[in-house]
Amino acid sequence: MSEAAVIKSPSTEGRFGHAMLKVEGLRRYFDVSAPWLNRVIGRQPRQILKAVDGIDFEIARGETFGLVGESGCGKSTVARLIVGLHGPTDGSITLEGRNIAGLTRRQMAPMRRRLQMIFQDPYASLNPRWRVRDIIAEPIRAFDLVSGDQAIATRVGELLTFVGLNPLDGEKFPHEFSGGQRQRISIARALASEPEFLVCDEPTSALDVSVQAQILNLMKDLQRELGLTYLFISHNLAVVYHISDRVGVMYLGKLVEVAPSKTLFTTPRHPYTRMLLDTIPDLDMTGRERMPVAGEVPNPITPPPGCSFHPRCPFANDRCRVEAPKALPVSGGATVACHGVEEGRVPSGPILAPPPKPDGVASVHG
Amino acid sequence: MADARMPTPAPGSVAVPTARPGLADGVHRFFDSDVWFSFKRSPITIGAAAVTLLYFVMAVFGPWIAPHDPFDLAKLDLLDSLIPPAWMADGEARFPLGTDDQGRDLLSAIIYGSRVSLVIGFASVLLSMVIGIGLGLISGFVGGAIDAFIMRMAEIQLSFPAILVALLINGVIIGYFKTHPEWQVDQVTLAYVVLVLSIGLSNWVQYARTVRGSTLVERNKEYVQAAHVIGIHPAMIMWRHILPNVMGPVLVIATIQLALAVITEATLSFLGVGVPPTEPSLGTLIRVGNDYLFSGEWWVTIFPGAALAILVLAVNLLGDWLRDALNPKLR
Repeated sequence: MSEAAVIKSPSTEGRFGHAMLKVEGLRRYFDVSAPWLNRVIGRQPRQILKAVDGIDFEIARGETFGLVGESGCGKSTVARLIVGLHGPTDGSITLEGRNIAGLTRRQMAPMRRRLQMIFQDPYASLNPRWRVRDIIAEPIRAFDLVSGDQAIATRVGELLTFVGLNPLDGEKFPHEFSGGQRQRISIARALASEPEFLVCDEPTSALDVSVQAQILNLMKDLQRELGLTYLFISHNLAVVYHISDRVGVMYLGKLVEVAPSKTLFTTPRHPYTRMLLDTIPDLDMTGRERMPVAGEVPNPITPPPGCSFHPRCPFANDRCRVEAPKALPVSGGATVACHGVEEGRVPSGPILAPPPKPDGVASVHG
Repeated sequence: MADARMPTPAPGSVAVPTARPGLADGVHRFFDSDVWFSFKRSPITIGAAAVTLLYFVMAVFGPWIAPHDPFDLAKLDLLDSLIPPAWMADGEARFPLGTDDQGRDLLSAIIYGSRVSLVIGFASVLLSMVIGIGLGLISGFVGGAIDAFIMRMAEIQLSFPAILVALLINGVIIGYFKTHPEWQVDQVTLAYVVLVLSIGLSNWVQYARTVRGSTLVERNKEYVQAAHVIGIHPAMIMWRHILPNVMGPVLVIATIQLALAVITEATLSFLGVGVPPTEPSLGTLIRVGNDYLFSGEWWVTIFPGAALAILVLAVNLLGDWLRDALNPKLR
């Protein structure tokens, strides 16, 4: 457990303070091989799934960093790695200058209070047998923040009011609430330990659209009042645009583009980002041709060589098929991992005309 | 809009996954629940519950209900032996169901015998529940080599008939106490302890496998991960988060296993390795009566046998109903 020194990052200085969370070369591989005996008899090789394959990013204090990508690209694994539900295979996670990657439960204890998580499914994230007041009081008791039953009850009431619920709701059980209300309870529990950093793993994707907006606005209000820092994971680009200051786009366990939210949505650079943005339905853009979502995400157990996006990329050439691109800074404060962008092969700027679609690219409209 | 996603139970009822009786606040909502509703609508279940309740009352208040004390050897008179039931020609009114070969009143012996059977049944179900739930939780929660070890043990045990395992454990424990006289246990207590241990230890597998299965499901739910993120000790997560959520199926198994434990006790007693003949359980009574079946004294074995059959049937019916009532797919 190396005690990493506080590394100040120039890239996030400025609007926000120093980097609160710094992720470097983070990798997490899962062994998905068949059981030993089956493998020996069937002469199968070990199968390693590279869920997260070397990603770097920083999140400044008070910032919201959005992480987007298709299902199975590893974004939830990143969330789990950061809160310590998985240990990383390699790389470091530095929170406030302290490396928290791969700490044991006991070593992690002092950092846990500052680092909480909001989960995706509000129907599974609350223990159905516990009263809401006990659910919210659990972190308070675990971290010994308030002593005495009366004081804890008062604090739980405050937290419920804070997230827009009635203090009397504490007496109820989770099944007596709607999805949006449950997510508020989930947020209240996460706030109970007075954290500074919240990892939000698709907190709105299980909710109705009208409720999504309420929860997002609540999260924004909380951020303003409490100075929270968010890592916000979602596959919904509109949601990410609404809440994030900076956005990272993940593809097959790698970050292909990191850019300030505005830049990313007005001038996407990476072909994959552009493809994702073209899938957002938009009334103004009816009738215009779009870059279709071509192909499917390859099997992450056997990712394509070179740039892992090349089988789906209309700009791919021989270099892309062989050499994995490095993340390089481009104009507008963005970082893009793409040979085409580096060489200027890929046109930048807003996509007004669809890029030419060369022959030979299998296009599966999805 | 969001409420459309809520489980929508019928008015005046509570969604079943949160309404299983027995644990925290279950009692509060029990009479408002679907479980109570389905109970009220099933006459067979009400009958089974009444019969079971009758046995419990008999077991608890036995000494006050029974006309005689069949365990008091001083009051037995061999001249009273093998008297037929009261309604038969040679019957006597003071022995409504007749007497056995020792001159014991059969009705009293059945009341006392049910008591023995139920005590041993409950104690052994409790023992196998504790062992099975504990091992199942650890197996499912920890996983890996520990899980594999526990489950292989369970499978090995499962490949032998439970009664054989019980006989084996029975022999081992009796042998142990015989070679360790310093324990100073009297015959009757020893017989009880041995029966409870052998029945309890031979039936934990069911619980372990069920609990392990449910634990594997619960372990990956987000509320458990939330507890991990808070930093709750894994043992506490198992105890406070997972255990209450895996208890539903366990209650069903426990009900059915109670009947099974009573039968196993009767079988062991029938085979002569159970409770001593001075304090007969239902099984012992059946065994004793078995010797007289062909000489025409049918009542000595038929009445205890019927008592056992009715008890087991009632408990089994209750178990079946509980299983269906707690299964949301069957409602």
